[in-house]
Amino acid sequence: MAMTDTAPLAKADIELARRRQKKINGVILLCLAAFVALAFGATSEGDAVFRLTLPRDAVKIPNLVLPAAPYAYIVAALLAFFGIRQFLRGGGRSTNVFLGIGLLLVVTAFLAWATAGKSFSLTGMLESTLVRAVPIALGGLAGVLSERVAVVNIAIEGMLLAGAFAGALIGSVMGGVIGIVGAVAIGGLFGFILAALVVTHRVDQIIAGVAINLFVLGLTSYVSSQVLTEYTWLNNAPVFRPIEIPFLSDLPVVGPVLFRQNLFVYGALIMVLVATYYLFHTRTGLRARAVGEHPEAADTLGINVYRTRYINVTLAGMVAGFGGAWFTLGSVGRFDEGMTGGRGFIGLAAMIFGRWHPVGALMAALVFGFADSLQQKLAILQTPIPSEFLAMAPYIATIVLVAGLIGRARPPAADGQPYIKE
Amino acid sequence: MDIELRGITKRFGPVVANSDVNLTIRSGEIFGLLGENGAGKSTLMNVLSGLYRPDEGEILIDGKPVRFEGAGDAIRAGIGMVHQHFMLVPVFTVAENVVLGVEPTGRLDHLDLKTARRQVREIGAQHGLVVDPDAIIEEVPVGIQQRVEIIKVLFRSADVLIFDEPTAVLTPQEVEDFFGIVRSLRDAGKALVFITHKLFEILEVADRISVLRGGKIVGEGDPKTATEADLAEMMVGRPVSFTVDKAPKAPGPALLEISDLKVLNDRHEVAVDNVSLNVRAGEIVGIAGVQGNGQTELVEALTGLRPTVGGAITFLGEDVTRASTRDLHARGIAHVPEDRQRDGLIEDFTIAENMVLDSYYDDRFSTGLNMHWQKVHEETARIVTEFDVRTSSVFDLAGHLSGGNQQKLVVARELSREIKLLIASQPTRGVDVGSIEYIHERIVAARDAGVGVIVVSTELDEIRGLSDRILVMFRGRVVAEFDSASATVAQLGLAMAGAAA
Repeated sequence: MAMTDTAPLAKADIELARRRQKKINGVILLCLAAFVALAFGATSEGDAVFRLTLPRDAVKIPNLVLPAAPYAYIVAALLAFFGIRQFLRGGGRSTNVFLGIGLLLVVTAFLAWATAGKSFSLTGMLESTLVRAVPIALGGLAGVLSERVAVVNIAIEGMLLAGAFAGALIGSVMGGVIGIVGAVAIGGLFGFILAALVVTHRVDQIIAGVAINLFVLGLTSYVSSQVLTEYTWLNNAPVFRPIEIPFLSDLPVVGPVLFRQNLFVYGALIMVLVATYYLFHTRTGLRARAVGEHPEAADTLGINVYRTRYINVTLAGMVAGFGGAWFTLGSVGRFDEGMTGGRGFIGLAAMIFGRWHPVGALMAALVFGFADSLQQKLAILQTPIPSEFLAMAPYIATIVLVAGLIGRARPPAADGQPYIKE
Repeated sequence: MDIELRGITKRFGPVVANSDVNLTIRSGEIFGLLGENGAGKSTLMNVLSGLYRPDEGEILIDGKPVRFEGAGDAIRAGIGMVHQHFMLVPVFTVAENVVLGVEPTGRLDHLDLKTARRQVREIGAQHGLVVDPDAIIEEVPVGIQQRVEIIKVLFRSADVLIFDEPTAVLTPQEVEDFFGIVRSLRDAGKALVFITHKLFEILEVADRISVLRGGKIVGEGDPKTATEADLAEMMVGRPVSFTVDKAPKAPGPALLEISDLKVLNDRHEVAVDNVSLNVRAGEIVGIAGVQGNGQTELVEALTGLRPTVGGAITFLGEDVTRASTRDLHARGIAHVPEDRQRDGLIEDFTIAENMVLDSYYDDRFSTGLNMHWQKVHEETARIVTEFDVRTSSVFDLAGHLSGGNQQKLVVARELSREIKLLIASQPTRGVDVGSIEYIHERIVAARDAGVGVIVVSTELDEIRGLSDRILVMFRGRVVAEFDSASATVAQLGLAMAGAAA
């Protein structure tokens, strides 16, 4: 009796679309194969040395050495094999898996090409991938928290910046821990302001968000250029050092990447887990999601739609404030104008790519963090690609992922709509 | 538990939705509240279920006055409402929807879905409402969704259950099942309120009937003795004829031919599946079916609003499968869309502006960039009078008209030009009885003038009254065809449930 069972003809139609998709994927893979062979295989010489051990590591393991040109040809051959396979049969679930593996292979071939004749710390890059994913993951998490109650939060960028600023200023005067508390409080304040604007006063959610972003950018830039340059002791905050987890941090590769990080990395991971538990395994979370999907239904069941939105958007602001503190207290110890550089917007992309799920947003943030860390390391390797192009990597990754690969992600049904109670 | 409403008055600005309403609801009884759309039934029940606060009057439970500050208070007092538009979260499971708001929890606010599932099964077993607690709401049929709504109310240990137009979305067979459920709840000692505008349903199931008109209780009826005609007269305020007067007429030459048409819905699923049908000049073809069986997509494809993926549409011998909406319009196809407020008119535009939405580019109304507003207003005034759209001025906003007058405005725009084919989707949904009669008359008059007509409706009475020929759609296919003179409600009902397929 289920409405989902489809007539035979419907299946045929879906089959047709699937077949077209797998042909397209096949052609993409073949193009990638040709690209890898010509751009990487034909132009590289020598071995690429990937260092897996950091200088301070207790356990040393040998370097990974890849002959760059042969490796590129092997990757090209694999891609071509996948492509032909996809073109001829393939289909179904495996199609996107093969495309994903293919893209991953292209990235490794690219790394081998860039490193050819030099050496490169793979572990170091993975470590910084995680570090650079932190503000994006926290921004994405803030997005998940507010969009799950149907408030589109474009103000995350501003909240990150406010958190960074408050962290630097308060941290400089009263120490790092109070700095974090201050950043979280400021983030929460802006979350509350956003909620007041869009929930109570029904200001357009996009406009309210943009207003907060511009306000924070203007205010912090003004104070930073007029006050902080004058009184430099106000902009000299302590930086949280990595905390080594005993034993685990001695593991090769995994140790430095996962267990030798600072408070912000651990904090982000814990928040993602807590948010997942909150949204999907608690009573309060069920109610919050109901408010995002069908506020009228929630209202008729005695759930206070407005209060739920206020609380969650404020929480989102606090998470973003903590993420903002990473820029100053977790990284460089000082505030610079506009230092968040669009990470809040990339966080929103991570939220969409992660299908409005905290863990999904974290995974997506890792992809962006990888692109971010890659461009930084490649600048050191002196590749022929201009550094400006490398700096675009995280943003290009955003466009490719959001436009090309997410497919049919479904936002909460009431996302962006104000709720008007009689 | 007995409930008394005493002198309830509710106003929305200048509009009085309920005026001095007195009612009693008793346990072990099915109370029928009858009234037209806009009579104030839903407002009254929203007052009772705590969503609205009355401006005057009081609610007494077992003789004691109570005050509801919100839906939560009414629920705690044992009053549960099953809304016309189900209040279910489509992406949640049955169990999650049932417990939402009163969830069983463990430590750390942990949602105890195991207990929830067990409780759903228990209530289901107790009242004969079998559902799978783990099914996702959007994947189950509306009949099941309604069961979930009932379980939801019972889960909150409601003693009073209010059903707002519960049968609107059900097939005739599902309606029978639903009546069985309602009767067994009554026998279990619950008080039930059944709100509807469908006369035969209220006569079949209610123990006591009150009729609401213009926000006031205008009469009471005993279902054992009252007739449909009595109740209808009370409901409308004047005698009503139930039959559409229409003379038999021999259909003319073929007008529209559809062969093997295939159309996808917004989710890219096949919504119209190899449909073939034809319409001749001067006949009314009724398309019956429960909502969501492809009727909407079929109409959108016929009017150029939705691309087709297979098959052909031929109009007057010419292939129009890929014709644009304006091209179809120019060929003489008129369309009364199913949702007047979304597709039929622009509420923030004036009546005159709405009247020329499909003809503003016409030579009569514009040259180049210049609109001839004088001409538009004169023409609109003429049409508005002709089609009995009740308004003080053509400069009024369409959004300020009542539902019936909005619909008459749409019908007027579509019928006031030379047309060959009329496609009318739910032409009288949410419209008062007077306007229904009028719109039906105009549709029949169009047929008599030689226009081919397709009427899509979920109301069987409307389909049977208007049509010369009835087609039934089920899951995107035309599963049955009847001659309207011989078709019975039972036959149509079975076909709508897919039994004839």
